[in-house]
Amino acid sequence: MDVTVIATESLSKRFPRVTALDRLSMDIGPGVTGLVGANGAGKSTLIKILLGLSPATEGRATVLGLDVATEGGAIRERVGYMPEHDCLPPDVSATEFVVHMARMSGLPPAAARERTADTLRHVGLYEERYRPIGGYSTGMKQRVKLAQALVHDPQLVFLDEPTNGLDPVGRDEMLGLIRRIHTDFGISVLVTSHLLGELERTCDHVVVVDGGKLLRSSSTTDFTQSTAILAIEVTDTDEHPDGTAAMRDALHARGVETHDGSGLPGAGHILLLTAQGEDTYDLVRDTVAGLGLGLVRMEQRRHHISEVFTDSDEQQRAAQQSTAQHSAGKEAVGHGG
Amino acid sequence: MAVEQTPAQTGAQSRIHNIGYRSYDGQRLGRAYARRSLYSQSLRGSYGLGRSAKSKVLPMLLFAVMCVPAAIMVAVTVATKAKELPVEYTNYAIVMQAVIGLYVASQAPQAVSRDLRFKTVPLYFSRPIETSDYVRAKFAALASALFLITAVPLVVLYGGAMLAKLDFTDQTKGFLQGLVSVALLSLLFAGIGLVISAATPRRGFGIAAVIAVLTISYGAVSTLQAIADAQTMVDGQSSTAAPWIGLFSPITLIDGVQTAFLGATSSYPGGVGPSTGAGVVFLLAVLGLIAGCYGLLMRRYRKVGL
Repeated sequence: MDVTVIATESLSKRFPRVTALDRLSMDIGPGVTGLVGANGAGKSTLIKILLGLSPATEGRATVLGLDVATEGGAIRERVGYMPEHDCLPPDVSATEFVVHMARMSGLPPAAARERTADTLRHVGLYEERYRPIGGYSTGMKQRVKLAQALVHDPQLVFLDEPTNGLDPVGRDEMLGLIRRIHTDFGISVLVTSHLLGELERTCDHVVVVDGGKLLRSSSTTDFTQSTAILAIEVTDTDEHPDGTAAMRDALHARGVETHDGSGLPGAGHILLLTAQGEDTYDLVRDTVAGLGLGLVRMEQRRHHISEVFTDSDEQQRAAQQSTAQHSAGKEAVGHGG
Repeated sequence: MAVEQTPAQTGAQSRIHNIGYRSYDGQRLGRAYARRSLYSQSLRGSYGLGRSAKSKVLPMLLFAVMCVPAAIMVAVTVATKAKELPVEYTNYAIVMQAVIGLYVASQAPQAVSRDLRFKTVPLYFSRPIETSDYVRAKFAALASALFLITAVPLVVLYGGAMLAKLDFTDQTKGFLQGLVSVALLSLLFAGIGLVISAATPRRGFGIAAVIAVLTISYGAVSTLQAIADAQTMVDGQSSTAAPWIGLFSPITLIDGVQTAFLGATSSYPGGVGPSTGAGVVFLLAVLGLIAGCYGLLMRRYRKVGL
């Protein structure tokens, strides 16, 4: 398979009053890619252009190596699309509907039926698939929408806000399913969301757009593991009533820079330092032992995507929102290191 | 760990429950096939097939209502050994126009408003088909459904005429003229019905609007024709205005075309239809309307998109 699944080159889309996309250039490889942006950031416009349904004002784009301007039909045969909005007629059953959509993608009747049964099972719809869709819950409807996007075994699916309207459990199930689309089914995924936390857990790669511009494009491991920052928390003893301060001074004495995790939960009791290598761990252990303090924890802190955005002034507002989401307990528990 | 203790047993079970994902390497039949699939699904849908039992009632009932009079006429013709059928092939649809109108009004919104209302249209356009494929498939499906409901009674009449041993050449000619006439009528009514229904996602509005357009135009035209006819009777001259008024309603247009070209007796008041020369104008009007409806539908769906 091509290394690049989606490529855009100074792609722009201007409407009389709005610029939806502004010279967007990016390359997206196989895997699960998150497309993040606030409402109106140009996510849906981008999907429309990539499906070959709406011509770009300027620039070019390819999907699976096919030009969106001239080979839209061929792209749509190999790509699945799950819209954000409701799109299901209530008076037919999931099976009938998905079979019809499979045939609309070019599958012969027998194959369409077989693939429908398979796909509905994979998305987790069993006996209820013979009942009219009108009686389904939101979660079940989302599964049918996902099934119709996958039924023709595409090489790539566009999922537009697939977790919209789902409760936390349904959200987790949907995210797990999205992960499986790549790992088990071997289908690349472009998933849009305005919730960063979701994408961080699900995606290999995250692209951030805002106001039609590319803000950032990098893999989630880049986002979250590029720096190994250690978080240390120590106990206070009679000898050192402020254990944290004593620890900080001792570390400074040994030439290790620290900073307190201000803005994080437990600030004041946590020391952050950059691990240079294995030695740093030993140094911390020895320092703690030397001071006679208890080491509550020493862990490698992963950045959350939202913190990465804090660096960018333009994203200040969005970041604040999502930091609020994350810091509610997640950081305190942390990731063992 | 349990897996290691009883490997055979769990292995067999997991094989039953998890077949795993199978990719599809078979044929992909592409755009033309997708268009045909949409056509057949829409055509079946026009008679409620593949839909709920409730939605089968009205189209099937109307279909029966269209066929029963033809069957009765056949029975009468055969029983009385009449020399000809009680109704011309070309006139049957004109006589039954209310039923055809009801059928268009009920099924045109079904064909297009549903997709608009439940926003299924974007799903179609995310597949290999283009706007024109969607419009053509829907147009062809409704026209075919209308052709079925209008042509089957003619087949019944023709079969009856053969049973009654009426003149073969005469009957066959009339039957074929009738088929051409209902084919034109099907295309015209399908176009008008779809354009009106595609304008609104609300099915109820669509039904009401189609009925209104068909009945009001026919009512107005036939009233004016009757007045014009009465005027010419007073003047003692041949009617000239009356046929031209027929240009302004779908069913009188079809009537005009078949009077001029298909050997039909005009159903206009006074029984005077357009001459062959005027008939050309009628035919052009019908073809223009069909093309216009297609154009309007294309314009409508280019905007709907995703």
